[in-house]
Amino acid sequence: MNEIPWQPAAGLDMLRLRARLLARIRDFFAERDVLEVETPLLSHSGLPTPQLESFAVYPASRPEALAGYLHTSPEFPMKRLLAAGSGSIYQICRVFRADERGRRHNPEFTLLEWYRVGFDAPALMDELELLLQRLFGSLPPVQRLSYREAFLQYAGIDGLDAAIAPLQRVLDEHAVPVPEAMPANDPDPWRDLVLTQVIEPRLPPAVFLYDYPASQAALARVRPGPPPVAERFELYLDGVEIANGFHELSDAVEQRRRFEAGNAARVGQGLAPVPLDEHLLAALDQGLPDCAGVAVGLDRLLMRAAGVNDIDAVLAFPWERA
Amino acid sequence: MATYSTNEFKRGLKVMLDGDPCTIIENEFVKPGKGQAFNRTRLRNLKTGRVWEKTFKSGESLEAADVLDVDMQYLYSDGEFWYFMDPNTFEQVGASESAVSDAKNWLKEQDVCVVTLWNGEPISVTPPNHVVLQVTETDPGVRGDTATGATKPATLETGAVVQVPLFVDVGDLLKVDTRSGEYISRAKE
Repeated sequence: MNEIPWQPAAGLDMLRLRARLLARIRDFFAERDVLEVETPLLSHSGLPTPQLESFAVYPASRPEALAGYLHTSPEFPMKRLLAAGSGSIYQICRVFRADERGRRHNPEFTLLEWYRVGFDAPALMDELELLLQRLFGSLPPVQRLSYREAFLQYAGIDGLDAAIAPLQRVLDEHAVPVPEAMPANDPDPWRDLVLTQVIEPRLPPAVFLYDYPASQAALARVRPGPPPVAERFELYLDGVEIANGFHELSDAVEQRRRFEAGNAARVGQGLAPVPLDEHLLAALDQGLPDCAGVAVGLDRLLMRAAGVNDIDAVLAFPWERA
Repeated sequence: MATYSTNEFKRGLKVMLDGDPCTIIENEFVKPGKGQAFNRTRLRNLKTGRVWEKTFKSGESLEAADVLDVDMQYLYSDGEFWYFMDPNTFEQVGASESAVSDAKNWLKEQDVCVVTLWNGEPISVTPPNHVVLQVTETDPGVRGDTATGATKPATLETGAVVQVPLFVDVGDLLKVDTRSGEYISRAKE
């Protein structure tokens, strides 16, 4: 008989390190008068994008009676708090993403998400860098590279250009096998493959990428061009994506348009559409204060702090043992 | 036939790729937080032994390969096929030269090997890690020379040639590592 793996995957010293990290984060925000909040993990709506799959939740005895979806991030209810006048807020919570499992992914993981009223993307990058210094003691200065510069520097092409042929050529040059099912008319999956397989391994040890292609705006504002860019940034430490931030979109009409386009893309890919968050749309309609927000993967930050490269080493009970 | 989606990929899974059965030897899940998820995999073609690198868009699926590893006893060869028997069912299979491949250097009658069956047909043979084989040809042994580390070639009863210490003689039984093809020690039967 196989032994049942009841024991934690992470060592007790790792659990203590996690606790210290959480305490320092809470101190950091307390000093800055950023309010800690909690919002529902289970919600009536989901995030309509083909890139994220939510878990749907049902009562155990009534599989036909959908109760709702586990959140993939706390973004929507936190924006409703901002619209209600909360001022700057943060949250540390578990989020859930179906089908994401690997050396750096667990379908349930911990996010630190915070919003700063009156900040834009560069100001929030500054604050995230301060937090990192606090958590790690010392950290080399975090470089800043636009998405375009990163592609030029490490792949030799313009990442904002929508042509697929140059992306394909870079993948060939670096002997990256290309899936047969790549779309012929959408550059974004091609850009993602170049970014993860060619650029990420060559990035400086600590770097922000910013100004993403407008087609990858997600919930960020788009700054008019040419070419238009999404006011979005990502933090990479040792080539690992740690955080994603936005200068937040506050236009309810544009938000609804993106939701509907996301659902249409889901349906086009054979995925179920998800109900739009009308609460969020109503809040945006009433008015979201100008703000920037960022989500930090705390498990990956802990991996970096502990010098391990498998997420299982920092989780008490990763998915297979959950 | 069953299929496996990328989120079921893991080491050791047997799948069909380009018409050949393969085993997944590495699977890395790659996903930018706001982007397309991929699985970068390395697969070994179980027929040719060749290793393929492939990337899949997450959500793609592959047909399962009906592949079984069975412990079987080596019986004999008629030059065209190498015959193995399942000691539990006494069922016999004949493996072609391409399936037996390098394993034929180490096959000794009665030894138990792992025979990989695809749809019931043998496609590869893995000999035991260590086998004992008799020397049929080598230069005369030099007595007492156990320290210099010098070696000479010796041909074994299966036809395999291994490097052996100078003291080894025709008729000696040698323990050999089949994975590296290296001499380990002299053996008593």
